[in-house]
Amino acid sequence: MDLRDLYRDVIVDHNRAPRNFRRLTPSDREADGFNALCGDKLTVQLTLDGDRLREVTFTGSGCAISVASASLMTERVVGLTVAEANLLVAKLQSVLTGAAVGDPAALGKLAALVGVREFPARVKCATLAWHTLAAALDGAVQSVSTE
Amino acid sequence: MTALLLDVMRLRAEFRILARPVRGHPLAYLDNAATTQKPRAVLEAMTRYYEQHNANVHRGVHWLSERATEDHEAAREALRVFINAASVRELVFTRGTTESINLVAQSWGRANLKAGDEVLITHIEHHSNFVPWQIVCAQTGAVLKVAPIDERGELELTAFERLLSPRTKLVALVHVSNALGTVNPVKHIVGLAHAVGAKVLIDGAQAAPHMPIDVQELGCDFYALSAHKMYGPTGIGALWARESLLEAMPPWQGGGDMIKAVSFERTVYNDLPYRFEAGTPNVAGAVGFGAAIKWLSAVGRERVAAHEARLLAHGERRLRDVPGLRLIGTARERAGVLSFVLDGVHPHDIGTILDGEGIAVRTGHHCAMPVMERFGVPATVRASLGVYNTNDELDRLVLGLARVRELLG
Repeated sequence: MDLRDLYRDVIVDHNRAPRNFRRLTPSDREADGFNALCGDKLTVQLTLDGDRLREVTFTGSGCAISVASASLMTERVVGLTVAEANLLVAKLQSVLTGAAVGDPAALGKLAALVGVREFPARVKCATLAWHTLAAALDGAVQSVSTE
Repeated sequence: MTALLLDVMRLRAEFRILARPVRGHPLAYLDNAATTQKPRAVLEAMTRYYEQHNANVHRGVHWLSERATEDHEAAREALRVFINAASVRELVFTRGTTESINLVAQSWGRANLKAGDEVLITHIEHHSNFVPWQIVCAQTGAVLKVAPIDERGELELTAFERLLSPRTKLVALVHVSNALGTVNPVKHIVGLAHAVGAKVLIDGAQAAPHMPIDVQELGCDFYALSAHKMYGPTGIGALWARESLLEAMPPWQGGGDMIKAVSFERTVYNDLPYRFEAGTPNVAGAVGFGAAIKWLSAVGRERVAAHEARLLAHGERRLRDVPGLRLIGTARERAGVLSFVLDGVHPHDIGTILDGEGIAVRTGHHCAMPVMERFGVPATVRASLGVYNTNDELDRLVLGLARVRELLG
């Protein structure tokens, strides 16, 4: 087990300087995510351009993994359709939980997150932002928990 | 003072788990407030029970059942001596502190609380001394009041006194805080509470492993504790309750062992304490609990307290030198806990990185979310001490924090 595998440079960088870390007003959709185990609390907001995600931001506090994952997510999903974003959420979830082997390289920058596979206690940190995004896209659920 | 010195290395040899490597490093176990490790004496007592005496208790006329019953009741007697209870009739075995508190809430609470009555707790309580009162207050119409704590993590006594009134029927508070290590002035509080006619329940889960407990001296009405926090097995603990109170309390669970005679029309309940112990008890657990009490008494609780006070002072001194570190909970009287946060780094990341060094700490809200809120942090890192810990392990904790900075900047 190498901790550098978990705390890769991309993760450290996105934790130190999270991208799109701000309130979005007005927003079309938003949801809160909560990880009761470690107290991570994120709010994901977004605007839509028809069926496409135009802007995605997040606020809140959490560990390096949850913040970096949220930051990477806000960069990655912009421009995707709602269906494409939902598909990516599902794909990332299965790669991070080890359900799908897949090629991490196909995830691009998000491949930096696969280090959590060796740290089962931290998988929920990495998926929190993505569950929250899915809830925001769904529009029905306003608060999700990874517990 | 030499009488209070511990031979820590000899004592550590009684815990095989402390010698095992974790993630390629020697284990530094600093999560004792979550659960303590178990000495060989406890494990052997439980194995011996299963190999030599195992049977159901209070039932059989056969030889094994008599031995099992003796073992079970010997543990109760050991606990009676350990906390200086007047009688074994006052000691109910439970699954642990949480169940003990729920027992009081559901049995005593439902029988004695009514609309307009008040239950007074404190801001520092573990969820287990919080939620059972929320539940029983919702059931009875009683009102739950919460006494504040100050920036050191100490109970604000004047505010506490202001909240006491003839409406207060019960004060429930922690003896030693699991999140911050604060030692509450429980004897003083018992005096204040009794002056308005309130009963007092003390959550002693974190006190019992660290200091001598004398329930008669404290003067409280209920005292709850768990074996697994005091070097005993999981799944067993106890409620001590003043006999006159316990005698008047309705049963809270029905079943075998808690009855004398059952017919379709009526049931005659058993004597104390069995009336509150429905079903086959955790006999092996009780045996382990008894062995842990014997072990802890042999080590000597004054000696434990002195050793841990030295560790706490050393750990605090070393941690205060770490740049960007803030201790959460700096009560003047503390036991066993160093809770802290590090600027710009989430406790969860610290926990993972320390784990990589073989150092076990707890990170999170420690089942005390209102306490975290009070200090404006989502979580803390908690290093909690046991009798087998060493200054060297605390030094490794400090080195581990340097590694955190190296990895996360």
